[in-house]
Amino acid sequence: MPKKVAYKAQIEHLQILDENGKLDEKLAKGTLTDKQVLALCEHIILCRHYDEIAFKLQRSGRMGTYPQNKGQEAIAATAMAVTRNDWMVPCYRENSALFLHGLPMEHILLHWMGDERGNQIPEDVNVMPISIPIGTHMLHAMGIAWAKKLQKTDHVALTYFGDGATSEGDFHEAMNFATVMKAPCVFICQNNQWAISVPREKQMASETVAQKGLAYGADCIQVDGNDVFAVYKATKDAVAKARKGEGVTLIETLTYRMGDHTTADDARRYRDSKELEAWAKRDPLLRIQKYLAAKGMWDDKKEKAAEAGAKERVAQIVKNCENIAKPSTDDIFDYTFATLPDDLRAQRDSMRTNSLSLEPGQSTLRSPEPQHA
Amino acid sequence: MTAATTNGDRTIQFREALREAMTEEMRQDERIFLLGEEVAEYNGAYKVSQGMLDEFGPNRIIDSPISENGFAGLGIAAAMYGLRPIIEFMSWSFSLVAADQILNNAPKMLYMSGGQWGCPIVFRGNDGAGGQLGSTHSWCVEALFANVPGLKIAIPSDPYDAKGLLKTAIRDEDPVFFLESERMLSDKGHVPEEEYTVPFGKAALRREGSDCTLVSFGRPVHFCQEACDILEGDGITCDLLDMRTVRPLDSESIVESLKKTNRIVVVDQSWPFASVASEVISQVCEKAFDWLDAPPKRVNSDDVPAPYAKNLEAAFLPHAEKIVTTVRSIVR
Ligand SMILES: Cc1ncc(C[n+]2csc(CCOP(=O)(O)OP(=O)(O)O)c2C)c(N)n1
Ligand SMILES: [Mg+2]
Repeated sequence: MPKKVAYKAQIEHLQILDENGKLDEKLAKGTLTDKQVLALCEHIILCRHYDEIAFKLQRSGRMGTYPQNKGQEAIAATAMAVTRNDWMVPCYRENSALFLHGLPMEHILLHWMGDERGNQIPEDVNVMPISIPIGTHMLHAMGIAWAKKLQKTDHVALTYFGDGATSEGDFHEAMNFATVMKAPCVFICQNNQWAISVPREKQMASETVAQKGLAYGADCIQVDGNDVFAVYKATKDAVAKARKGEGVTLIETLTYRMGDHTTADDARRYRDSKELEAWAKRDPLLRIQKYLAAKGMWDDKKEKAAEAGAKERVAQIVKNCENIAKPSTDDIFDYTFATLPDDLRAQRDSMRTNSLSLEPGQSTLRSPEPQHA
Repeated sequence: MTAATTNGDRTIQFREALREAMTEEMRQDERIFLLGEEVAEYNGAYKVSQGMLDEFGPNRIIDSPISENGFAGLGIAAAMYGLRPIIEFMSWSFSLVAADQILNNAPKMLYMSGGQWGCPIVFRGNDGAGGQLGSTHSWCVEALFANVPGLKIAIPSDPYDAKGLLKTAIRDEDPVFFLESERMLSDKGHVPEEEYTVPFGKAALRREGSDCTLVSFGRPVHFCQEACDILEGDGITCDLLDMRTVRPLDSESIVESLKKTNRIVVVDQSWPFASVASEVISQVCEKAFDWLDAPPKRVNSDDVPAPYAKNLEAAFLPHAEKIVTTVRSIVR
């Protein structure tokens, strides 16, 4: 008997705004308005400045390790494709999306400064804390999505992760669960080509990350991850599908980590500078600036103003973070169980007399709440 | 590698001692390989394997995809098939995603095959609070893992032991969990030029005294040293036993010291509940109850997830002040 083809598939790559700022008008229909693009442009400038300052804070010993987001800010467009009811379950290179989704910008700095309060997300912001064990959070996104489905809402959970994270079993289990249970979940892999010093080719033998989702029956697409239009459109479509209960999407955004892995790393030791230069030309910010300039919506003056605004804003954020009162030792006991058990209460009280702790009166988190972005 | 100074007083870093142990063993035994995240091209996330890729090549110094469960399982089977894997976890915190492999497979292979399949493998990595890494990245796994029969746990406190114990671990026929601390990797200490090993299950007496026995292992040994300095100011002197391995546990040395001091405090970075400290105290009660002049005491990290903030993390650890207070409470 002749062999039959049991399964056939291909992965589409979507680009709408090219490196020169040229837009594919047809594909762009119904995506971002010029006003939204302008807002994204200013937002990316703000985020990039924030990133730079965070890096400097670390260098001057005012912050712990920090993973730079530079070059990957087009991911912010995913936030424009959802509503505030939808959930974001992040790893650590999607600051720009989290901020647009309502996370006060202080939180990320506070987190990397080594303060649990960075993870105390305001009630009305649907963002989960940053997950340090790689990949484990994808299961949570799937779980949130499933809970949302059981609650009969039409809310969607988006989860973000790196190319390296797709090597963890958690990725595969999360994809399998989500598709089998038709959970309203969107998986967004920021393929920035590197996992610390390991390039994509050594991380996986598959040509794309997107194709990994095919095995689980997800809809899969690869997009130019430095193109806000493509990122937006893919997310919008995926979210719409998820909302209607029509299945799971895996979006691979092809992008590049312009900085080091974290401040504990020096990427020049393992990365070719030519690669970096080539990707610099595909910078997400550059191309929207070109696009807007061609429409008469962007010029040097606007850029200067945006930068000045970002500087001022970030300076205030840093101040808010650095001026927050030190956390009280009470916190470590108060937040271990929902109800404080007696033995921990005793420990807490004895710690108050310990020279390292603060005044007993300064209990829990009564410090000023960070301002909403 | 650090150049040798005059024979006998050569000092090197903890990480260099680990590297020397692996390198020397690998030169002698072709079956040994090192596998983990960032161990090769990057020379190790903490530079422990610096230069090893150059010397041994990519077949023996192997960068892994981010799949702890995968490379732990690969190593276990390779060990069963006659190789001698050294598996590096960037942090023991990340070994938890490989829990089934390292706890449910490696230590049980020999038993479940009726003695047929041994599993001579070394898992190594950073353990304990690394300095503001947050609760999911600051695990002390010794209490949790020590409960499992069939595995050994070494936890050195200085470069000399790091090298000697790691060599023993690599040569051992059973799975060995080797616990390092990123807070000590840059510590320097004497490591002789010539070949030596440190046996498992033999504690080192770091300090001699008569009023109390301090039992510790790994980084908290240094907290104990600090505490001993303070206590000596009060005229209280302690025996300080560095256990070096918690499985096997040298309870003989503990009992011997206790018979002299009649008081004991165990200092352990794990949480107190069902910890190695608890085990030591149980054994002391079983084996030497009549020699105790005061209740045996534990100093552990507080019974809460490791805090992230600097001041809270410092307060949480079994630091010198807690040790001093505890010793004073039983030595009058
Ligand atoms: C379970 C686990 N293993 C290892 C690590 C250490 N680690 C932190 S980030 C990272 C690389 C992640 O690469 P990728 O998923 O591509 O994300 P990127 O950093 O490139 O954004 C590794 C190995 C970890 N945090 N958790
Ligand atoms: Mg990556």
